[in-house]
Amino acid sequence: MGTVSPDPGASRSGPCGGDFPLPRILRVAGPLVETEHRGATAMNDLVLLGRAAVPGEVVSVRNDVVTIQAYEYTGGLVPGDPARPLGEPLSARLGPGLLGGVFDGLLRPLSEGGERLGAGSFGGRSAERGRPFTPAVSAGARIGEGAAVGEVRTGGPVRAQVLVPPGRGGVVEWVAKEGVYAQDTAVARVGGHEVRITDSWPVRRPRPVRERVDDPEPLNTGQRAIDLLFPVARGGTVAVPGGFGTGKTVLLQQIAKWSDADVIVYVGCGERGNEMADVISDFAELEDPRTGGRLADRTVTVANTSNMPMMAREASIHTGATVAEYFRDMGLHVVLIADSTSRWAEALREFASRTGALPAEEGYPAGLASEIAAFYERAGSVITLGGTRGSVTVIGAVSPPGGDMTEPVTAHTERFVRCRWSLDRDLAYARHYPAISWAGSFSRDAVSVGAHRRASGDPAWAERRSRIALLLAEADRLADLVDLVGITALPAQERISVLAGRLVREGVLQQSALSPRDAHCGADRTAALADAVLAVVERCRALVASGVPVETVEEADFGPVLRAREQTGPLDAAAVPELRDVVLSGLGEPR
Amino acid sequence: MSATVWGDIEFTAVRELRGPLAVVDGVSGVGWDEFARITLPSGERRHGLVLEVDRDLVLVQILEDTWGMDPDGLRVAFAGEPLHIPVGSGWLGRVCNGRGDPIDGGPPVFGRARAPVGGTPLNPLHRQPPSEPVLTGVGAVDALTTLVRGQKLPVFSAAGLPHLELAAQIAAQSTAGGEAFSVVFAGMGLTHPEAAFVRDALDERSAAGELVLLLNTADDPVIERLLTPRIALTVAEDLAFTGGRHVLVVMTDMTSYAEALREVSAERGEIPARRAYPGYLYSDLASLYERCGRIRGRPGSVTVLPVLTMPAYDITHPVPDLTGYITEGQIVLSRRTHALGVHPPVDALSSLSRLMRRGAGPGRTRADHLPVAAQLLASLARARQVRELADLVGEDALSQADRGYLAFDEAFLRDFVDQPRDRMRRLEDTLERAWRVLLTLPRSQLTMLPDELLDARGAREDPAAGGVREAGG
Repeated sequence: MGTVSPDPGASRSGPCGGDFPLPRILRVAGPLVETEHRGATAMNDLVLLGRAAVPGEVVSVRNDVVTIQAYEYTGGLVPGDPARPLGEPLSARLGPGLLGGVFDGLLRPLSEGGERLGAGSFGGRSAERGRPFTPAVSAGARIGEGAAVGEVRTGGPVRAQVLVPPGRGGVVEWVAKEGVYAQDTAVARVGGHEVRITDSWPVRRPRPVRERVDDPEPLNTGQRAIDLLFPVARGGTVAVPGGFGTGKTVLLQQIAKWSDADVIVYVGCGERGNEMADVISDFAELEDPRTGGRLADRTVTVANTSNMPMMAREASIHTGATVAEYFRDMGLHVVLIADSTSRWAEALREFASRTGALPAEEGYPAGLASEIAAFYERAGSVITLGGTRGSVTVIGAVSPPGGDMTEPVTAHTERFVRCRWSLDRDLAYARHYPAISWAGSFSRDAVSVGAHRRASGDPAWAERRSRIALLLAEADRLADLVDLVGITALPAQERISVLAGRLVREGVLQQSALSPRDAHCGADRTAALADAVLAVVERCRALVASGVPVETVEEADFGPVLRAREQTGPLDAAAVPELRDVVLSGLGEPR
Repeated sequence: MSATVWGDIEFTAVRELRGPLAVVDGVSGVGWDEFARITLPSGERRHGLVLEVDRDLVLVQILEDTWGMDPDGLRVAFAGEPLHIPVGSGWLGRVCNGRGDPIDGGPPVFGRARAPVGGTPLNPLHRQPPSEPVLTGVGAVDALTTLVRGQKLPVFSAAGLPHLELAAQIAAQSTAGGEAFSVVFAGMGLTHPEAAFVRDALDERSAAGELVLLLNTADDPVIERLLTPRIALTVAEDLAFTGGRHVLVVMTDMTSYAEALREVSAERGEIPARRAYPGYLYSDLASLYERCGRIRGRPGSVTVLPVLTMPAYDITHPVPDLTGYITEGQIVLSRRTHALGVHPPVDALSSLSRLMRRGAGPGRTRADHLPVAAQLLASLARARQVRELADLVGEDALSQADRGYLAFDEAFLRDFVDQPRDRMRRLEDTLERAWRVLLTLPRSQLTMLPDELLDARGAREDPAAGGVREAGG
């Protein structure tokens, strides 16, 4: 297989075991390595470089020279050293054992990597635990590609299936009995091919599906600002642009922890090591509110921190997408989170620059836009080859340099995504978290999600969303005026609009990632909190219209509604109306 | 670098000299990133790093620059490995130049082991999340942007602001709760008076054997600066993770460092990104800053405090911007506060320590630390709004409560932030001052502090209930 883990399969003779001598290294400049071309080398094939067997991938073949991007430190590679083409593209080893694990950009388990990650860190091969397998078919049955031959129990709630690989299928000649098997074991023979628990797939090739479908069912992220205003449908795509200090990573971690997906693939791409350590230990400790298991049991973490080799950062995005598709093909709903795609784009730029490619905007290669588009295109809601429904939702952070939203990565990304959750520096500065800007964000899924909510027990969803959005826009418009002329110069109804903006911001949108009761919020409770604020605002308007002085209304105690998000449990929607009624009765009836 | 074993062969076919770069022809057996030694006819020796090997050509970046070099007569030897330096406690108390050669009149630094200056990435699984404070003795920093062991927290400054004084003060005063503590101070592009100031300010720490000082001055070779922080971090990693010390690495000025990087990149003809800095500036800075941290199962920590000047006070400039994306917060210095004569001129509202929550509070600093800090910042934000309003409508038009905020702001700067440059402030003193400043506000304005604390401190009730403006209006 073309995986770079020290798989015995990787060293089978391959094309280099033939009669011709191994190609030699010609040039080394950081991650760029050129070798001789001695045939039998295809684009994107893996090559092991030098005596240290540094893995690299073929990125161009020109005349007699092969250009390779190396995935590890190339120090000490000398012109004349041998290069060994493996004859296969970079692939990921896909198995149920990925769940709960932490991997580098090439999907090598970091638990085997030792304290420091240098050349040859992944030399050893750990003993793999066996896993309980239960067959789902019997010998003699005829099954097609993507069908399940059985199920493997994982450490957590995820029911992992062993699937007939794409392109295979036929009569089940043999299937293993229920029992515990190591991950590499073949558990069935279908149409003349063995089906193993662990499969391998080239990371740059999307896994095939039967068809793509529209699924209006929303992903419940547990974050009110998103679920209420800018929802994303399962299989959708989201860009999260935000300058440093706007809380991007915290927001993505919240989604990783609390969204109602079956599997989370979290790709830390060129980000902070301490943060990565934090998120890994959080996943291990936190309980999944829906299953009671550990969050880690439904999570695959790909960690390529900013000081790890740059080109593995480039691969990590594709590796993550491949893992997400693998679980999707079992009929699961997967969320792929990439933090940050800007660091991935920088790796593309770095390498393009070393190969001397003509730069387009800001030094990025001309292919940047299509690379970004291709990545987000791996999202989608599908009918799998096996005929079940599954989805991959892609959420990518973008780190615009200097907060400049016109820079190439941000500008191209927002063309290809269905939602944008922009993080606003002013909101973060005012300690309004999550700092999702209502003016700068959009969701193209809002209409279909609204229709779906209407059909599934929340008929008021779309109206609630537009009323809240209207209140925020109105309050924003008036805020500038208030700064100039003071609040007392405004007419009474407009003063209520200013008050309403504050109630929505503080009572609904703000949500503390640190709060045990409010770190996530069920859909019902989100609706209840928004409805409570809307009812209070309605009452305030009626009071003022009936002649109650606006100052009296402004000075009323809105505390119970503002504190409702802290005083009720994350899924406790039923307690909210009570708090609303306390405020309403404090306000009194209109005259 | 005495421990480097040089190859037997010396190569003499130097084809090209340009800026800090040399191209050597007819070379074999030399790998990328090797350390090189160039011998001039006069016997003078310079050093370099291999930037590229292409068949029998080798591109060498010369640390001491190519000034006065004649391609004829040069002899180039290679080490067969990347640059290694000796590591160990022998560095403590020493003063060296930016390449690690002593300038204190002492012998070369020896160590019990050698380590490559580039470092090796730490496996994220082996990182221990930071959780204990480094107390700097600078009140505004300790209270509002607590530095945590294993954190990277930069100081963003501008020309004319006393960032070097602040850095030196932090380096001189910092402690880690009585555990072994050392400072590695890497100065890059410092002027001679600045270098002298740093030596002077850190004299006591140096005499106590708790300081490693690396000084690259403005007239030293520019390219040498690329090495200075790497040597500092390599020495620090060993002192921390082998020696079990808590090590604070101060690196100043990172803007000078980034300029050296840009210079080499331009000479190599690389495609420039923002403001002509190379596209890999982020990764290069990360390869430095990310060397901070703690390791599971090992004592010690490396805390990194990079100091940088924002050209034209522009926080979107690539150096502060990319630094901010990598580091865990920032301490921003303010021109306005400096103009008021307050030292250190920390802009508390723009400053942030992302790890503070982990390093401060009960059992770490003091039980009331986090709510006090949160309340100070919230009140300060309000005070700033009031200040803007006062500029528009005049102070007389403000409500009584708002005027209270102006007084709070004044007390905050004078009584809390302002601190003599050579005086350490204990945390107890810092937090007591914080309370004193907070209690200038009436109780109704201190909503982030729990009632028990307010009762214990005797917070006063509102003088007059009326006239309180709607907050957030």
